[in-house]
Amino acid sequence: MSYIAKSPWVIHYDGSSCNGCDIEVLACLTPMYDVERFGIINTGNPKHADVFLVTGSVNEQNKEVVKQIYEQMPEPKVVVAVGICACSGGVFKQCYNILGGVDTVIPVDVYVPGCAARPEAIIDGVVKGLAVLQEKRDNMVKGIDAPAEEPEAAAEEEKTEEGGEN
Amino acid sequence: MIIKMIISIIAYLILAPFVGGILAGLDRKVSARMQGRVGPSILQPFYDVLKLFEKEPITVTKVQDFYVMIFVIFVIASGVIFFAGGDLLLVIFVLTVASAFLIIAAYSSNSPYAQVGAERELLQMMAYEPMVLMTCIGFYMYCGSFAVRDIIVGTSMPFLPLIGIFIGFLFILTIKFRKSPFDLSMSHHAHQELVKGLTTEFSGKTLGLIEISHWYENVMLLGFVFLFFANGTVWGAIIGVLVCIVTYFFEVLIDNSFARMKWQFAFKSAWIVALVFGVINIFVLYLIV
Ligand code: SF4
Repeated sequence: MSYIAKSPWVIHYDGSSCNGCDIEVLACLTPMYDVERFGIINTGNPKHADVFLVTGSVNEQNKEVVKQIYEQMPEPKVVVAVGICACSGGVFKQCYNILGGVDTVIPVDVYVPGCAARPEAIIDGVVKGLAVLQEKRDNMVKGIDAPAEEPEAAAEEEKTEEGGEN
Repeated sequence: MIIKMIISIIAYLILAPFVGGILAGLDRKVSARMQGRVGPSILQPFYDVLKLFEKEPITVTKVQDFYVMIFVIFVIASGVIFFAGGDLLLVIFVLTVASAFLIIAAYSSNSPYAQVGAERELLQMMAYEPMVLMTCIGFYMYCGSFAVRDIIVGTSMPFLPLIGIFIGFLFILTIKFRKSPFDLSMSHHAHQELVKGLTTEFSGKTLGLIEISHWYENVMLLGFVFLFFANGTVWGAIIGVLVCIVTYFFEVLIDNSFARMKWQFAFKSAWIVALVFGVINIFVLYLIV
């Protein structure tokens, strides 16, 4: 029995988004959606976090920041890309400084499409991420030392399955 | 006598984390209800801690885990002394030593956020320490002993003669429980200007241990509240437990109705309360006892 899926603590980072998705992420904390029901807490600290919510695409400047936050999080951890900008670059894709989606710098486990992603979709994405989290934890216990391989394959599936809207 | 002491020590060691954890769970549930939310399950604090034990251990410096371990041991030790009927003064000084080690642990990480948190924790200690001392002095003047085992069998409730001290103690309890408006150094809510203050650099098992010792500490502090009502009878005990529950609820209410204040306010208000309620109460005691 593992408790990781019962208490996912979230850290939220805003890449170069239009701020739309960030508002929706914060809306999840309000009494209307109340993610604390699932034990989800919004921490400001990567060292306490299990789930990394990224909104907005990655550019040359925040590339290092995204990487550093990811590296500071203790295993097991999942990355949820929120909004179409975080999935693929979205409307900012053609900009000269944009690298693309979050998966250009760190492995992403769940893609939540939408512009802006609705709070229901974000919660759904985090809950999907919990299954991945559980899997990574099981791999950790078994001593399989390559957590990056499998989730990436799972993520690809997720993308084709959900990303049809864009 | 010895047997009774050993039983209460073992009961404290085993039951305190459960009681503390459930109190923390109720705290989150009640807070959520006060904010119009559903809130997590009452067992959520246990899930959180068990999860923390499952995470990968990351330490900034090796020595910080050592300091945190000493913190945990001293917090538990202070509770053991309290529930074994030991000396109140010893209890509060052991607790002070424990806090000092947590502060050293935070400083040792060299992280600016942890250091600001540690600094604020020091200021908080300065704010609440006088009132805690005065509480002990009050008990000594009324009951004639610093030992918990003597206070608890006293013939009359110390509550009325020590009412000023009780009010002062409730005030600093807000600081000790890390509740708003005085959750300066570290908070369970999403105030993020300090990231996580004191505990920024602790993760995984270390953070879990800090959380557990926080539960031990809370139960011990509620034990202080209980002492105000203990008179050696069953009724005294029942009233004591009820007041402990009401006190905790009151702290949650305060927590939800105030924003975080600056440390200057915490410091000044705690000392003013200690001077007004504590000192006047002790002076009156001096005249009547
Ligand atoms: S997906 Fe849409 S709402 Fe979200 S950050 Fe991008 S442009 Fe803004």
